[in-house]
Parts: sequence; C-alpha cells; structure tokens
Amino acid sequence: MAKRLGPIGPALIGFAVVALTLGSAMMTAVQKPDWAFGPADVLALRFTLLQASLSAVISCALAVPLARALARRHFLGRTLLIRLMAAPFLLPVVVAILGLLAVFGRAGPVNQIITAIGVQPMSIFGLHGVVLAHVFLNLPLATRMLLQGWQSIPAERFRLAVTLDMPPSAQFRHLEIPMLRSHLPGALSIVFLLCLTSFAVALTLGGGPGASTLELAIYQALRFEFDLGHAAALALVQFALCFVVALVALRFDENPKFGAGLGREPAIPAPGGLRKILDGLMIFCAAAFLLTPLAAVILRGLPGLGSLPPGLAEALVRSVLIAVASALLAISAALSLAMTVARGTRWLEPVAMLPLAASGLVMGTGLFLAIHPILPPERLALLVTLLVNATMALPFLFRLLLPEARALLADYGRLSDSLGLSGAARLRLVTIPRLARPLGFGAGLAAALSMGDLGVIALFAGERSVTLPLLVQRLMGAYRMEAAAGAALVLVAASFALFWLFDRWGTRHAAA
Amino acid sequence: MKTLSLAAGLACLATVAQAEIPIFTVLTYDSFASEWGPGPMIEKGFEATCACDLRFVTAGDGAALLARVQLEGADGAGDVVVGLDTSLTSKAAATGLFAPHGQPAVTGLPIAYDDPLFLPFDWGYFAFVHEKTLMAVPHSFEELAASDLKIIIQDPRSSTPGLGLVLWVKAAYGDRATEIWAGLKDNIVTVTPGWSEAYGMFLEGEADMVLSYTTSPAYHLIAENDDSKAAAVFAEGHYMQVEVSAKLAASHEPALADAFLAYLGSEAAQEVIPTTNWMYPAMTLAKGLPPGFDSLFAPEKSLLLAPEKAGDMRDIAVEEWQNALAQ
Repeated sequence: MAKRLGPIGPALIGFAVVALTLGSAMMTAVQKPDWAFGPADVLALRFTLLQASLSAVISCALAVPLARALARRHFLGRTLLIRLMAAPFLLPVVVAILGLLAVFGRAGPVNQIITAIGVQPMSIFGLHGVVLAHVFLNLPLATRMLLQGWQSIPAERFRLAVTLDMPPSAQFRHLEIPMLRSHLPGALSIVFLLCLTSFAVALTLGGGPGASTLELAIYQALRFEFDLGHAAALALVQFALCFVVALVALRFDENPKFGAGLGREPAIPAPGGLRKILDGLMIFCAAAFLLTPLAAVILRGLPGLGSLPPGLAEALVRSVLIAVASALLAISAALSLAMTVARGTRWLEPVAMLPLAASGLVMGTGLFLAIHPILPPERLALLVTLLVNATMALPFLFRLLLPEARALLADYGRLSDSLGLSGAARLRLVTIPRLARPLGFGAGLAAALSMGDLGVIALFAGERSVTLPLLVQRLMGAYRMEAAAGAALVLVAASFALFWLFDRWGTRHAAA
Repeated sequence: MKTLSLAAGLACLATVAQAEIPIFTVLTYDSFASEWGPGPMIEKGFEATCACDLRFVTAGDGAALLARVQLEGADGAGDVVVGLDTSLTSKAAATGLFAPHGQPAVTGLPIAYDDPLFLPFDWGYFAFVHEKTLMAVPHSFEELAASDLKIIIQDPRSSTPGLGLVLWVKAAYGDRATEIWAGLKDNIVTVTPGWSEAYGMFLEGEADMVLSYTTSPAYHLIAENDDSKAAAVFAEGHYMQVEVSAKLAASHEPALADAFLAYLGSEAAQEVIPTTNWMYPAMTLAKGLPPGFDSLFAPEKSLLLAPEKAGDMRDIAVEEWQNALAQ
C-alpha cells in the first residue's frame, strides 16, 4: 500500500488537497444532498463548456506563435515586455473587466475608430465578449507556459539543427512539435479549467442570463437559496469535469526526451525575411491587446490615488503578508508533488489539478461549516485565506514544474543518484538551480493570485481582516468609484511588484 | 527582548480589559460596516452608552447576510442582524433563527410596516439613474421598452437590487411581466452580478441608464458636488426597498440587543443614515433631511409586495425574467 501511495510527505500533501477541495464540498453536501438539476442548470453547464473550450483553444492557438516569436527574437526591452505581458493574468476580475471596457466598450477608442470610418459600433457584450476577456486574462499564462517550453529545449539541439542546415519547418517538426506535445496539453487544460469556474466575467460580459455558468448557479444556490445540497451537487459536477479534463491532458502528456544540455541560454535560430516581419507583427499585436487595457486601468486609477482611504496601508500589508506566505506554501507543495509524480507516483497528478475545479465559494462554505462549531470563523479568516489561496494556486505551479521536473529527473537523476546526492543538498545543488525559472515564475504567480483573490475572505471577514480586494469592493459598493480605481491600482502595482520580485529571482538563479 | 516582554504584557492587559466588557456582535452587509458607511459612527455612538465592545461581522449583501445567519445556525455567535430587506424577510422568518424585537413600529415610512421580528432602519426606492443630459427620458417601463436606450441591470439571482427590479415589474404588471421583459430585452446591455459593477459601468459610459436608487443622485450632489445625475420618474410607481434589523434568537446578550435596536431607531443613529448609507431614515428627523435630498423626487406611488407575497412571487418572477431574457 505504502509503495503505491509513494513517499509519505507528498502523499500527505495530496490528501490535504483532496480534503480541502472534495472534502469541503462533501461537508457542504452533508446537509441534504440534492441531485435534482433543473433546465437552468443544464443550460448553465452547456454555456460553461462552450465558453471554456473556445477560450482555451483560442488562447493557446495565439500563444504558440507568440511564445515562439518571443523565444527566438531578441530586442531591446524583451524581458520587460515578457514580464509586463503577464500582468493581465494578475488583475482582479472587476478591474480587468473595467479595463477591457475602457478599450472595447461603447465609449472606448476601438469603437471611436470604428464609427469614424463609418462602420456600425460593435458591442463587447455576448459570447464573443466573454471569450475576448478570457483570452485577455489567460493568453499571458499560456504564453509563459509555452515560453518555458521553448527555453527547456537545450541550446545544443538547436545548434545541431543549424549545423545540419535544417530549415525552420524541419526544426519545428523535430524539436518544437515534440516540446509542444508535452507542454500544450497542460496549457490547454489549465486555461480550460480556469474558464470553467469563471463567474463574474461570463455574467457581466455575457449580456444576460443566457450567459450563466455553473459557478453562478453555485453562487445562487449558496447565497440566495441557501440550498447547500444543490450547491454541493453542482460543485461535484464541476469536479467531475475537471477530473475528465485532467485525465485527458494526462494521456497526451509525455517527456520530449531531449536529453541533458549544458544549460546554456538557448539561442534559437531566428530566420529573417517574412518570418521576421510576422514575428514582429505577432509581438506587436499581442502587446497592444494585452497592454492597452492595462494602461486604461492605470489611467483610471491615477486620479483616485489622491483620495485613498486611511485603512489602505493596513489592508495592503495584510494582503502582502498573506500573498508571500501562501506563495511559499504553494510552491513548496507543488515542487514536492511534481518531483514525486515525475518519479512515477501518478495518482498525485490529477489530485494536484483538483483545486482548479474547486469553487472557492464551496470550499469557503465547507471550511466555515467545519470551523464554526469550534471557533468563531472570523478569527481564522487570515489563516483560512492563506490556506485556500495556496491550494488554489497549486495546480498552476504543479503544471509549470512537472515537465521541468521530468526533464530534470531524466537528465540529472542518475548522475545525482550515483553521486549519492539526496535531501537538502540535492535540493540546493540540483533541484532549485535547475528549476529556478519555473519556481520563481510560479511563486510570483501564486503571490499575485493571492493578492487579487476575493473569494474566501468575503465569507470570513471580520472587521480586523480586511484585505485589499475586499477594500476595493467596499469602496465600489459605497459609490466611491474613483477611490476604488485608485485602490485597485495600488493592488495591481503590489501584485505586480511581488510577481516581479519572485520572477526575477527565478531568472537570476537559473543555473548557468 | 525588553520590548518583547513589554508587548506581551500589554497584550495580556488588553485581553483582560476586553474580557471585562461583553462583546456585542452585529452581523451586517459589507458597505454598512465600511469606513464610509454608517457603521463606524453607530459603533461609536452605541459603545458610548452600552459598556460593551461592538464588533461587526460582514457578508457581501443582504442575501449573503441571510445565508451567513443560516450557515451559523442556532448556535451562531451574532446578536443582531442589520441589513436584510423585505424581499428576504419571509424566508428569514421561516428559519426560526430570529426573536421578536419588541420595539414600537417605525413612523418614517410612506407605507405601514409593522412586523414582530423585523424592524426597518432605512428605506429607499429603486429607480433608473441617468445623466441629466439624456434626451427623452422614459417615464414607464413601456416607454423604456419602446425606446432604444441602453440599460444595465443586476442579476436577481445574485443581487438584492436585481431581485427588487423583477419584483417591481411583477408588482406593477402582474401577468404582463413576461411581456414587459421581452420588450426590455433589446435595451439591456448586460446583467451584472452585483450593484457596484453595474453602477461602475454606467459611470464609464457603457449605458444610458442603470438600475439603482432614487437617492443615488444625492450622493453625487452631496459627496462630489456633482449635479449631473437624475433618477427617472416612472408612472407605474417605484418599488421600495425597506431595510430591516432583527434580533437573533441565539444572542448571548439579549438585553444589549434590545438596547441596540432601540439605539438604531433613535434620532442619533438615524441622522447618520442619509449621508452614509444613502437611503431615507426610518423616522422623520427633527432637523429634516440633509440639503441635497430635497432635490430628489418622491414617487407618487410606492410599490411593495407584502413579505409573504414577495416570498411566493420571487421564484416565479425570477423564472419569468430568465425565460424572457435567455431566449
């Protein structure tokens, strides 16, 4: 039994994840299980699947040429651009929606240009708006995941390809396609699952109740009807979907087996001519698409910086502390799980993906029901937030680390074993330096995601546990839209700063 | 090290000091307890008289608040609830988690409201808010449906104003509600999960009108010195939102709970309401409403379904709304 479960530490992490996700849903369901799905639920399921598939496919289809262009072109400000382009993924949802509306909305520049040339103004509301927003939010993540892939192809393989006079198409077939085969399923499944649990984006930009998602149905059941059994049943449907997707991704997942390189900075051959122009165009369009709404968020926020509320500093410190702690927790758990899965304990793989399908609301409710008989829940608000945020970030970090962990094991595992390297020394000398890039990027993502998260704290908040996203929401709820935009800007800046610091650590410490 | 033990000592002292006075817990919605809401002033005012430590525990909005009370159940830690509204009270009463408040009926409402469990503390009318520059302001749902104006509304499945709107249409049009919604379908730009997204999008120019309150223009006038917003008067009348407070049966401090409800209904607390919660107070204030509120219109007809009826109608009204708009 012990052998099949793998090493004890990672197995315990796996059980903790199952307890937090599935367990909290069961905790909610214990009240009165209710499997009666109405026609509205079926419609919600259909729309959820439709928008999530479209969003995932389009995000990844754009991410392939974009990541390739970024991987093989070198230009001034490239590193800065790559970091900045990650920003949309870090935006709190409400802020992202308002930023998109500022660009694509009725009064935005896109519609002004369209009407100026005499075409009917377009409306952002509808399925296309939902997909647009999801691509905006997730293209950065997909691109970064694939970019890691390109960087994971040892420089020596590309050199060999050049020596053999391989044209770009042959390089693509022999080097890049095998890499994509191992990295693309992960990116696709992550974006799909992220969009699966989308609630505010789908409803706000969907234009009406036709655009309801499962997560909205869960919210409705929990908050408006207080039908815990129904909420839990819907949450379990979401889990089942996640499991199927994770298993499908698993089937396609394989190590491209490039073998070890010397760890040189890959110099990917950069063909000139038309290909150069196309790459430039791709980078320019993506940057414009991703950065203009971000600029709008900054412009909207600047005037509000003058009217920031007194509680802001306190909320900021609280949010930053939670973010850093949950990032460290998440990255340690993810590294441990990824290494264990890479060594062959495969049951942990779908487990690590579980939180992606977990509804934050159901998880919060389950924890509330579990804690409430013992302690006033608001006293544990910050601890619970930390734990839930770390759990929610786990799948991304796991996905980022897994292909790298496999390559590490294949390339350096035997050498390390034969040198008798194990424990802390192996971690310090081999694992961390080899995986610094995804570790830094992953921890940055986890910190930023935690900064922007509103889900759980809204259920547990007492007056001494206001976080920055909650403050933004309260300001908006009290008509103070300008101050809210200012506070949101502070939030975005802090998230980004945290992300930057972790990511930079990763690039700096990447083994040379 | 010295500072540490000093800090530890102080912390001990603080715990002792806290233990001496009872903690009184008020469950309320987010914006009530925020720095800009009525919460801080009401906390200060009540603590001056009660020899207690008042603490707010918050949930997102009225509906989330009721869900929170239900989650805590019969052994909850709260003493009073502030911020349910009349579309939720029949459901709230059915939970059996509330105790009679024993206060006299309030006098400041345009309608009679006397409920043994729920005590109004403020009220307002739902209305569509627009820029004063808007041409051809509609004066009924039918005129709105016939126009090509764009509106943003909230989802009745996740927000109290959204629920208020479907009850408004139902109260005004009864069996014709579906027809009205079908007519409004092409006017609705989008449906948001909550009030703040809708109002924010309206201010950004995404729509001509937004579902809010007749008192919304007063916020812009008083807090921002901005006279550019108005609420459209609808001939069929305006649906009311009456916000109520209630005493929890599980309260550990029932005497303090009574004292708090009495305080919330007193002039000192009520005069805080208009410019913090942006609603009408539940009593006629001795010094009248703040300047700025006089520029608001008072609907000729106030609509409000009786709580039991609102409870019965809710599911039907939401379903009609959903069917008419989802097609």
